[in-house]
Amino acid sequence: MIFVTVGTQLAFPRLVEAMDSLAPDLDEEIVVQCGPVKGVWNNIVAVQSMAPDEFSENFAAARVIVAHAGIGTILSAKNAHKPLIIVPRQFKFGEHRNDHQMATARYAQKLAGVHVAWETDELMGLLLNPDLEPAHVDPGPSHAALVNRLRDFIDQ
Amino acid sequence: MGLSQIDLAGSQAGHDMLGASRSDNRGKGVPKNMTKKRILAIASGGGHWQQLMLLRDAFQHHDVFYLTTLPGLAAQFDANPSALVPDCNRDEKLAILHACWVIAVRLVRFRPHVVISTGALPGVITLVLAKLIGARTIWVDSVANAEEMSMSGKLARRFADLWLSQWEDVAAAEGAEFAGAVL
Repeated sequence: MIFVTVGTQLAFPRLVEAMDSLAPDLDEEIVVQCGPVKGVWNNIVAVQSMAPDEFSENFAAARVIVAHAGIGTILSAKNAHKPLIIVPRQFKFGEHRNDHQMATARYAQKLAGVHVAWETDELMGLLLNPDLEPAHVDPGPSHAALVNRLRDFIDQ
Repeated sequence: MGLSQIDLAGSQAGHDMLGASRSDNRGKGVPKNMTKKRILAIASGGGHWQQLMLLRDAFQHHDVFYLTTLPGLAAQFDANPSALVPDCNRDEKLAILHACWVIAVRLVRFRPHVVISTGALPGVITLVLAKLIGARTIWVDSVANAEEMSMSGKLARRFADLWLSQWEDVAAAEGAEFAGAVL
């Protein structure tokens, strides 16, 4: 199963439409959480939002996750050890308030198991790859340093 | 209860912390001689919340109360006790007022010594109101903001005793502190 999520805040029709057009050529169930938008798609079933446990169930059941370049999604993929394909939202298409998802994607592509489709026409190649590397949790020294700084401040 | 009383309670508890040894007790619960503090931890649903959860080791040895915007989210992460606040953004003035009221009630009831937020706007509101009752405040800007501080982060600056970016370059450019990152 392919789980597609665009987060809860904003619609992302470019990604949902791309998945709709790819669906006939993918022999795989596609579950889409499409955000606040009312659309009619021919080949996929989409729900606007999911309760947290329903979201987690779909996340766990998926072979691969396709998503916007949201930090929450990236962290979820790391926790769930899933291969993640991200399409960054772009300001020029009105998909977010600025281009911070482009910056996130540039950084996240260095993370194991995070694969960036800079344009939607790169999705098919990634989705047809049966051996996409999964993301994984690797709490590094930078994470520990941040926690220690906060703990020192809180305890003082 | 008046605001001055709340402030006093916060200050007194703060003095109890003096002299407590910290460095030897990291990750081992509350150090001896240290009174548990009340920590209010707030983040909007989604990435903000996930980052707050990744920072729990910094504060979960104290009494923590969680606030978030999405029903069921706190329970999923065993973040107890918790309550909901209405989500809001800069374009929704009425929602902002509603969130202010809900947050103010929580602050007066819980009287936190420290407030920590990873965003977004409800977190800023909480920091602003927390300063009024004498709490110490922490803003950890979302790791999503790799090129400049978030709008919420910029708003939070004046009200944050500890103002962090998770990007070294952003921190240097904006005068924030960099201590590390969750990603």
